[in-house]
Amino acid sequence: MLELRDVRVVFDGFHALDGVDLTVPEGELRFLIGPNGAGKTTLIDVITGLTRPAAGTVTFDGHDLVGRKEHRIVRLGVGRTFQTSVVFEELSVVENLDLAACFRRPLWSLARRRKGVSQAVEEALTRTGLEELADRSAGVLSHGQRQWLELGMLLAQRPRLLLLDEPVAGMSREERERTGELLTQIAADHTVIVVEHDMEFLRRHASKVTVLHEGKVLVEGSVEQVSADPRVQEVYLGRKPSDAVGK
Amino acid sequence: MIRKHLPFATIAVLALVAAPLLLEPFRLSLLAKYLCYAIVALGIGLAWGQGGMLTLGQGVFFGLGGYSMAMYLKLAEGGGLPDFMVWSGVEELPALWTPFANPVFALGMAVLGPVAIAVVLGTLVFRQRVRGAYFAILTQALAAAMVILLVGQQGLTGGTNGMTNFFDLFGADLAADSTQRGLYLVVAGVLGVLYLATRQLVNSRFGRLLVAVRDGEDRVRFLGYNPATVKTVTFAASAGMAGLAGALFVPVVGIISPALLGVVPSLELVVAVAVGGRHALAGAVLGAVLMGYAKTAFSEQFADGWLYLQGALFILVMTLAPKGIAGILGRWRSARAT
Repeated sequence: MLELRDVRVVFDGFHALDGVDLTVPEGELRFLIGPNGAGKTTLIDVITGLTRPAAGTVTFDGHDLVGRKEHRIVRLGVGRTFQTSVVFEELSVVENLDLAACFRRPLWSLARRRKGVSQAVEEALTRTGLEELADRSAGVLSHGQRQWLELGMLLAQRPRLLLLDEPVAGMSREERERTGELLTQIAADHTVIVVEHDMEFLRRHASKVTVLHEGKVLVEGSVEQVSADPRVQEVYLGRKPSDAVGK
Repeated sequence: MIRKHLPFATIAVLALVAAPLLLEPFRLSLLAKYLCYAIVALGIGLAWGQGGMLTLGQGVFFGLGGYSMAMYLKLAEGGGLPDFMVWSGVEELPALWTPFANPVFALGMAVLGPVAIAVVLGTLVFRQRVRGAYFAILTQALAAAMVILLVGQQGLTGGTNGMTNFFDLFGADLAADSTQRGLYLVVAGVLGVLYLATRQLVNSRFGRLLVAVRDGEDRVRFLGYNPATVKTVTFAASAGMAGLAGALFVPVVGIISPALLGVVPSLELVVAVAVGGRHALAGAVLGAVLMGYAKTAFSEQFADGWLYLQGALFILVMTLAPKGIAGILGRWRSARAT
């Protein structure tokens, strides 16, 4: 479904991505890990059109993504979240979700007032458990709730491929568990790529993992295979990956 | 329902019934002039307050509307070439002028001309992701360029003096009190309708999207919208309002000249919107009327003092009450409610 071939990104002579090949079949939940600066976020930026690769191809569902504008890639069904969640603070939770759900409509049809809550928004509210906060302004949400709202907005978009950039960063243990459940639910009927540092979260929820290191794919495989791989252990400062990134 | 519409209805009755009955003709004409500015301010409130586009060149659109109308009025007088052309030694009516003899064309151009320019400008500029101060400077430069262009084309535009000496509009004597009262009612009516339409837009999904673009343009792209389109549409709407205001302004005030649409008048309107409260459409309208009134009142007393007072007021509002008068009123109301 998603295929990257020999993708290279250079920032001022620094090779952020140095020939990455990645194939993610439909329906898979793929984790992307690697030490800081390995190029994980850059990879997501390339897929979503935020960064233009110097070389290589990115195809999604037969469409070439390189050079396409960000909103056009979204329209093909690729959605993402950001490390620092960005929600629209002046709008209410429902309005945030509603905007996310409406992008396929022609612009002129948006000139009317929103009446009620659409099915996609309703679903996103229940899945993220934000029903009670629906009419509150997004500015008053806690950090964890904002991350869920962002996930909810992503769901309301009804994308086919979801790219999550550190969805549990800065979350408390309970929040992490809830997010994990949410992720499992989402992965059941979507293709998902997750960038994550949290090893415990990884071990609980990941099936297939790709390890990036210095802009290249180091290993790919199941969690067990990857954590047993000596190269991975070496990359994480010669320690077991669990110690290095478990924090 | 009734309570929600009560403030607007009260003001509408005051403006449409009480003002024409109570104000002497001279004051009523002045109010009509302020209401023309209020229409421009409404557009600024939409583009800047809601959409975050600080446009310092609304005078350009106002001027395009004004000149379109002035050209029609000049041609409708009959009696050969417009007076200023004779003085500049022009012997034949320029081709550019000919279609403006038709009032429908002139009024259409007054609105569609600014809209078209805003669409072209917006498409070029917003697609290149020009925003913030750069956009503001660009629009201000446009206002400066417009003045140079108008002054330079003496034979076509009347140069620095612009155009004046208009005698009648659709057969009615422009100097008559009844005509001026009628014009006032038209301006007030147009402002009312545009206010309601803009408020509707702001409360719609498009309005929410506009706020989202203002607060996080880059994030909006990842919701699948093109912020450039949203901004261009909004900018064009505000330009159209300014154009219409210009077209109404000319018969009300009886003159259009580069001094009325350059950098300074464009800035004055932005200041008025800031003072009134840019985040509320009513604030923008209120600001334009109040500042217009204050300008007249102060200029009558101390000619040059107004500029300083205006500057001081702007600084005061920006530092102490960034949400302007509308913000202060809103706070006062919510404080009383609790």
